[in-house]
Amino acid sequence: MKLRFNRSQLCIPYALFLILFVIAPLIVIIYYAFTNGQGQFTFENFINFFSSTNTIGTLIYSLFLAAVTTVVCLIIAYPTAYILARSGFKKQHVLLMLFILPMWINFTLRITALKEVLALIEGNIARYTFLNSVIGMVYDFLPFMILPLYTCFLKLDKNLMEAASDLGANRFMVFLRVTLPLSVPGIISGITMVLLPSMTNYVVLDMLYNSTYIMGSLIGSYFSAYDWNNGSMISLVLLVIIFIITLVTNRFTDKEENSGRAVL
Amino acid sequence: MKKTVCIIWLVLILALMYVPILILAVYSFTEATTVGGSLGGFSFENYFNLFANEELRGMIFGTLALALGSALIATILGTLGAVGAHYSKKIRKTLVDSANQIPVVNADVVTGFSICVLLIIMLGVSKDSFVPLVIGHTVLSAPFVYLSIKPKLKQLDNSLYEAALDLGASPAKALFKVVLPQLIPGILSGFMLAVTLSLDDYFITTYTKPSTFDTISTYVVNATKGSQTSVKTALWALSTLIFVIVVIVVACMNLMSRKNNAKEAKADERA
Repeated sequence: MKLRFNRSQLCIPYALFLILFVIAPLIVIIYYAFTNGQGQFTFENFINFFSSTNTIGTLIYSLFLAAVTTVVCLIIAYPTAYILARSGFKKQHVLLMLFILPMWINFTLRITALKEVLALIEGNIARYTFLNSVIGMVYDFLPFMILPLYTCFLKLDKNLMEAASDLGANRFMVFLRVTLPLSVPGIISGITMVLLPSMTNYVVLDMLYNSTYIMGSLIGSYFSAYDWNNGSMISLVLLVIIFIITLVTNRFTDKEENSGRAVL
Repeated sequence: MKKTVCIIWLVLILALMYVPILILAVYSFTEATTVGGSLGGFSFENYFNLFANEELRGMIFGTLALALGSALIATILGTLGAVGAHYSKKIRKTLVDSANQIPVVNADVVTGFSICVLLIIMLGVSKDSFVPLVIGHTVLSAPFVYLSIKPKLKQLDNSLYEAALDLGASPAKALFKVVLPQLIPGILSGFMLAVTLSLDDYFITTYTKPSTFDTISTYVVNATKGSQTSVKTALWALSTLIFVIVVIVVACMNLMSRKNNAKEAKADERA
């Protein structure tokens, strides 16, 4: 008997791949998070995380660093994206490329370059660790904030703004009541692109001599200490945070545009 | 006046973004060993060291091989997945779509750590076999291949496929000769994206790599901790080289896409 070919069967290898290497690892993480080194069920790791002032401090520090980074990115990226999209420059496309091109240069090399410049300006860069970390994160993630905002501004209907000013709104009111609300999807997807990586990308901190831990560094240190159970617990906490962020942001953005990282 | 302010703002931001890279580029062509110090004489030594030093050369080619290899696997898997899911029942399609979204939104640290725990700790796969590393990089990039092909599938004209069937092609043949060629732009940009994601990755690499193997990212991070000056300055050369390559590739892709757009616009006019 000849096997009938059906186009949907092409999906099988990829579906298996996703089950084996995306879903299974997450289940394993949950299992490890609630067992100890001997494989017995325990809440110990959970209690370890939430009762230690160190880990809670780390959580708060990463949230704070991520929030500051995101706000600074937004403050820089919002006007930039607006000008790029709406000022009617002739080579608008090329100009945008200039702003997102750093995204394709290896981030460790870019941070190395930044470090040299910071050392030149500040002398001893170990003195301004928080400031430098924010600068590093912003330097790393700014293109990811500009891009979704730009796409959002590009789609704005100019007539809406004109209608508002025809109806007597001044320029500030037009911005506040029309432009800003319409750019919310862009803001939200920009925030998702920046918030999470800046909670976990501990390499930026390491390279800029900031020895304070963020959530990512905790996983890194448990990895170096072969402590898979506590490491899994941190991963689980991060997964829950990611899940909450995704849940909240999905309400604001169209599904089609969630792949901001995927623009070339 | 207003336009001037806008231009000043853009130039300022661009300067902030590019000044570090450009300063490093200038210093990479000199004998200087610290940025800000005296420039010394003009020299290609850093570029020479980059390829003369066996460790550095091995690291660069290793990174490239890993990026191209994992991108190839990711492209095949992602393309098959996207095509298959497109023609599947709604429930299955939604399931694959959501599973595909997990590595996209997940933090790379968590992805890397979880693959390490499953493959290396639980199943005992040896790190030195490179299997966990390649799988890790494929998990990172395949979902983006999938995402870059999905919109192309939506634009597809289904009647072409049916016409091929009516003219006697088998479903498999029609798929490869009619559907797949139309997806090539999506597949190519997915592949490029997979390569760049793999080149940029640090976290998945650290958690899954053999201890003797380094990619550019892991190597640079280790090099900043140690302070071997010749390696440090050779990395300035590497950074400059990558910058130049990226500029060239982006410029080429831009020109190509503009040509394509022009062609499409012409075709639209005729139709």
